Amino acid sequence: MNTIILIIVLLGLTTFAYRYGRRKALTSVEGRVANLHSLPSYHGAYVALWCGLPALIVVALWLILQTDLVERMVLSGISDGISGMTKGQISLLLSDIRNLATGDITSRTPSPMVQAAAAHYVELQRLGFMLMTGAAVILTSGGLYFGLKAIQPTLRARPQVERIVRWLLLIASVIAILTTIGIILSLMFESIRFFGQVNPIEFLFGLTWSPQTALRADQVGGSGAFGAVPVFAGTLLITVIAMIVAVPIGLMAAIYMAEYASPTTRSLVKPALEILAGIPTVVYGFFAALTIGPLFRGAGESIGLSVASESALAAGLVMGVMIIPFVSSLSDDVINAVPQSLRDGSYALGATQSETIRQVILPASLHGIVGAILLAVSRAIGETMIVVMAAGLSANLTANPLEAVTTVTVQIVTLLVGDQEFDSAKTLAAFALGLVLFLVTLALNVVALRVVRKYREEYD
Amino acid sequence: MTDPTIDQPITRKPDFSATHLRKRYRAEARFKFYGVAAIFAALAMLAILLGSIISTGSSAFTQTEIALDIKLDAAKIDPDGTRDPESLARANYRTIVRDAMRAQFPEVSGRRDLRKLYKLVSTGSDFTLRQIVEADPALIGTTQTIWFKSSADLDQLNKGAIPRDVPEGDRRVNDAQITWFDALSDDGRTRRSFNTTFFTSGDSREPEQAGVWGAVVGTMLTLFVTLVLSFPIGVMSAVYLEEFAPKNRWTDLIEVNINNLAAVPSIVFGLLGLAVFLNFFGLPRSAPLVGGLVLALMTLPTVIIAGRAALQSVPPSIREAALGVGASPLQTVSHHVLPLAMPGILTGTIIGMARALGETAPLLMIGMVAFIVDIPRGFTDAATVLPVQVFLWADAPERAFVERTSAAIMVLLAFLILMNLAAVLLRRKFERRW
Repeated sequence: MNTIILIIVLLGLTTFAYRYGRRKALTSVEGRVANLHSLPSYHGAYVALWCGLPALIVVALWLILQTDLVERMVLSGISDGISGMTKGQISLLLSDIRNLATGDITSRTPSPMVQAAAAHYVELQRLGFMLMTGAAVILTSGGLYFGLKAIQPTLRARPQVERIVRWLLLIASVIAILTTIGIILSLMFESIRFFGQVNPIEFLFGLTWSPQTALRADQVGGSGAFGAVPVFAGTLLITVIAMIVAVPIGLMAAIYMAEYASPTTRSLVKPALEILAGIPTVVYGFFAALTIGPLFRGAGESIGLSVASESALAAGLVMGVMIIPFVSSLSDDVINAVPQSLRDGSYALGATQSETIRQVILPASLHGIVGAILLAVSRAIGETMIVVMAAGLSANLTANPLEAVTTVTVQIVTLLVGDQEFDSAKTLAAFALGLVLFLVTLALNVVALRVVRKYREEYD
Repeated sequence: MTDPTIDQPITRKPDFSATHLRKRYRAEARFKFYGVAAIFAALAMLAILLGSIISTGSSAFTQTEIALDIKLDAAKIDPDGTRDPESLARANYRTIVRDAMRAQFPEVSGRRDLRKLYKLVSTGSDFTLRQIVEADPALIGTTQTIWFKSSADLDQLNKGAIPRDVPEGDRRVNDAQITWFDALSDDGRTRRSFNTTFFTSGDSREPEQAGVWGAVVGTMLTLFVTLVLSFPIGVMSAVYLEEFAPKNRWTDLIEVNINNLAAVPSIVFGLLGLAVFLNFFGLPRSAPLVGGLVLALMTLPTVIIAGRAALQSVPPSIREAALGVGASPLQTVSHHVLPLAMPGILTGTIIGMARALGETAPLLMIGMVAFIVDIPRGFTDAATVLPVQVFLWADAPERAFVERTSAAIMVLLAFLILMNLAAVLLRRKFERRW
């Protein structure tokens, strides 16, 4: 909370610096703006940047680094007490200290050492905050002073301000790249740790998946097998079911809307289909688990089939419904992009509308449709909530859609939710699965985007 | 296009017969029918989905209540007679409620039967009574008819969700409780009133005391962080890429990267948040701050793509005119191009925020799935958001949570509709064709 107040104060000071710098520039030429090199607002912005930017950068860096630094110092303060501890014990101790320091409930009654360390922690944090505030105050006032001192009618404020703003714009657009790098690095880093414990060949080609590792040697079950083939097979099965639902319906809907429907129908149906895309996936998951799953089970029972209550069919069907608008809107665009001259030529030869569509338009837009389907597949593979709620956890290696299967995303969620330990193979396995998921969807997206772009260029 | 067969004499004569033509027309009609059927199938699924949510969820907006004649005995509540708030808070309201129930059904005896009897009203009843007494201490010493929430199971029975005709062992309400409840109903001591608790309280293990307000506040905090981060950064990078970036391999890379990032599964962003924000930077788990950060990274590509499209649609003549009268490139963009593109950018941002609002999976990764009763008060408090609340309730075994889950979905959908409506109106109002 204090940090937020500090930032608000800094922003307030920056605004003040802007107004003051602007006024100073105006008074320096006695109100005759034409005598200034740059407009007064640029002078204001110049002072404001001097005043706010360094301080805000320092505060941001401080906030990022402080926690780590403080924890290191606290641990080194009690280095005698923790010399014999393992890494896990230390992190447990640290979380105790942190909880005690923030006034939360600790898991154990704190030992005197922990209490002293927590007091040290609080003290260091207060000190850190005071130092940070001090540094920020010095930087803002120093910046204000320098900025104001520099203001003269001849100050080239505009080019300087614009240069900084352009740098800021560049930095903003690099954040997207940093995100990708962050995703790749974090997944790679944890996956490498995982593959240090589990053979990658076993992970990719093993046939048993039971990630529950035994905590004690004498525990029953939980041998900890990390063969991910059943998980991949389950993902594939559900994706195939979803595609069987989504591709025909989505494609036919797109064809009808692009070729047959009147503008009024189009303007009504298209938004209605887009509603399907806007419904949160957790709602689909609830629907699949509560309505469709039991429905299929009941239907299966009445004709003597045993359907698991969390069948792949139910999850796949609902996922297919979710993907319909995806397929239909992308294919709709693609079909609309086919030049009218192709249609006219076909009609002139006497073809009916459906013959034109099947023999001229679909072949002409095949690229784009394939791209749309690939994007939809990547969407289906990465979809999480529907399968978490409606598909099972048991890693069956089966092609029977009536049985429960599990998927990559379900496993990631179950392995990580509620777990705070990041050393076991169990939690690291989630990152390895995440890496596979990321790479597969990335490959699909790259191919699909390239296919679509190539196709678009054909008719442009 | 040259067909190799075109040089050869055509051996097959075209079939102009009426039967063939009829066949072709039938195929035409069939094809058209498939299209209509596909659209109907999709719309039917939408209708079934919404219908099932609304039909199961609408009953959650009412709550069964039971009236009891409560004797607010001064000796029990405030033996000293000081009306001191502390002693009022300490009084044993539970026994007062239980005494009132025994007075209502004097024939019930035996510990097991009494326990069943007490279960007619919500376990939060003593708290309700305490609040009433604390709000108006003058009531002490009088006998008041007070409406208490019934327990969730009786509420379900009253709404018909628990059928009466199944064997006693198969339902959560036993025969004796049904008899008592019916007696109360005949007495006019039951009613169904609007369920305000659902909109004003946080999560609870007891369905009748659970509400969505905690999740709504958590959602607002999270989305605020998302908006504050993704909107300026998104606009800035859209402006850079569209207006200033040189066309070279680097900007191509950024562009490809942004398009791919938009299609990365949301759960991967959750993994990123877990590895970077929680494990590396040590930010608190379950906090709206971290949730907002993760969702901001996820929405960023959407905002950038929408922003670029909006900037592209501003005609070059605007830029040329501004540059022609001596504006610098940055002035051109900030004074002329950006304001004209703003409606489009805002529409894209709202749509991105709507998607972030419905997102669940990445938030599961950063621990926003905890059971949280308190309403969050800051960006670092433990919180949950609406879709995660839906996920949590969907897992709860009580029958009464099913309708509450649906009701929470309706609240979520209402927010989504509002946001999309805002986007549509914005587009209508400010859309400009050049």
